[in-house]
Amino acid sequence: MDVEDIEIQLFVRAMQLRHGHDFSEYAPASLKRRVQQLVRTHDTGTISELNRRVLHEDGFVGSVIEGLSVPVSEMFRDPQVFRALREKVLPVLASYPQINIWQAGCAQGQEVYSLAILLEEAGLYDRSRIYATDFNDAALAAASDGIYAARDARDWSRNYLDAGGTVSFSDYYSARYDFIKLDKRLRRNVTFFNHNLVTDVVFCEAHLILCRNVLIYFNNALQDRTLGLFRDSLVRGGFLCLGTRENIDFSPAAGGFTDVDNALRIYQAGGTGARPLTR
Amino acid sequence: MSGYDAIVVGCSAGGLAALQRMLPALDATLRTPVIVCCHTGSADVSLLVELLRRTSALPVVEARERAPIAGATVHVAPTGYHLLVEDDLHFSLSVDGKVAYSRPSIDVLFETAADAWRERLVAVLLTGANSDGANGLAAVRRAGGHAIVQDPDDAESDVMPRAGLDVAGADACLPLDAIAPHLNRLCL
Repeated sequence: MDVEDIEIQLFVRAMQLRHGHDFSEYAPASLKRRVQQLVRTHDTGTISELNRRVLHEDGFVGSVIEGLSVPVSEMFRDPQVFRALREKVLPVLASYPQINIWQAGCAQGQEVYSLAILLEEAGLYDRSRIYATDFNDAALAAASDGIYAARDARDWSRNYLDAGGTVSFSDYYSARYDFIKLDKRLRRNVTFFNHNLVTDVVFCEAHLILCRNVLIYFNNALQDRTLGLFRDSLVRGGFLCLGTRENIDFSPAAGGFTDVDNALRIYQAGGTGARPLTR
Repeated sequence: MSGYDAIVVGCSAGGLAALQRMLPALDATLRTPVIVCCHTGSADVSLLVELLRRTSALPVVEARERAPIAGATVHVAPTGYHLLVEDDLHFSLSVDGKVAYSRPSIDVLFETAADAWRERLVAVLLTGANSDGANGLAAVRRAGGHAIVQDPDDAESDVMPRAGLDVAGADACLPLDAIAPHLNRLCL
């Protein structure tokens, strides 16, 4: 076995035993790249030296968690998904007196605000509650601030229009220097809090769960358990929206969902035509 | 039995035309998977897959996460995601930051494929206008794999193959039309 692969196993054990963070069921290839990136960021030379700091330095674990969750997103990413949410999902959610939405793995909040804008424009936001969770506290703090680089605003503006936006994206933020700050009214019904999909449990009865490009970092067993957690969290007929390249065909728990739009990875809990398990 | 279990291919500017010349010249009885990372400007890789499918000797599909890596098939990295090879030989995806200004990044594909296949991997770096792939090619060679670089003078854009030669060197530096016959000899 490669020395580096041994060091990574020791890293995973150290994070688990010392700090209670379990990365043992993450997809190995991308975990390895992130750990290698941590070595470069903290200039530790080896993973073993990184492990020494994980074990002995109080407070170091926070920056390790930050490095291991590497949140990269954009507003209205894959605009056609948000268009489908607007056209196919929100009209159904409109029939509920109170709408609970769980954004699982919200990272720095770009999708939370995208969702809030969608709900606002559909006239549903005042009876909606968005639970935005992540296991990375630094990302949650950034998400709550809603401040992003101004250079991204032009792309996001195009995404917003492609997603069927009805006004101008710039109506939702104010620009200062090189930053944009999203209108804080957009977060009036958002609750940000720390939740770890690996270890934590169901906390609400949701009508819609968005979890895009999070499960791609999990191995099949952890993906399956998390899909089970989502199924148990959703009301019957509640919606699940995953990333457009995610593959749930190997998950037994995915049998609890039916397709709403398979190409866009939008599913519904329960229903009659349960998904067949392939291979 | 051939000495190689997989072929990875990286390209950028001029890559579509290069792939359209190279893939039809592969032997249709090749059993190895061919995994392609081509930077494209388009939002969806399905157009690239469709264009390659028209002329390729082997079936062309978009690489699917979690799927075992089927042989005798060309797998193309989806737009906007890094494509990684896991040690137990299935694909995974990530949306981590760009590497060499690119996602998908050729470096990410080559480095993870080198980890998975070690000396039983062939990597091909073709035309392109940035230096993505050079570090990946070096990883392939460190692991004992076989590195092929398109002759920069023959490439539509020579930046990528030159960077590959500078950083990693190559086991073979060939004009485009000689690459598929070379792969057929190595892998059949």
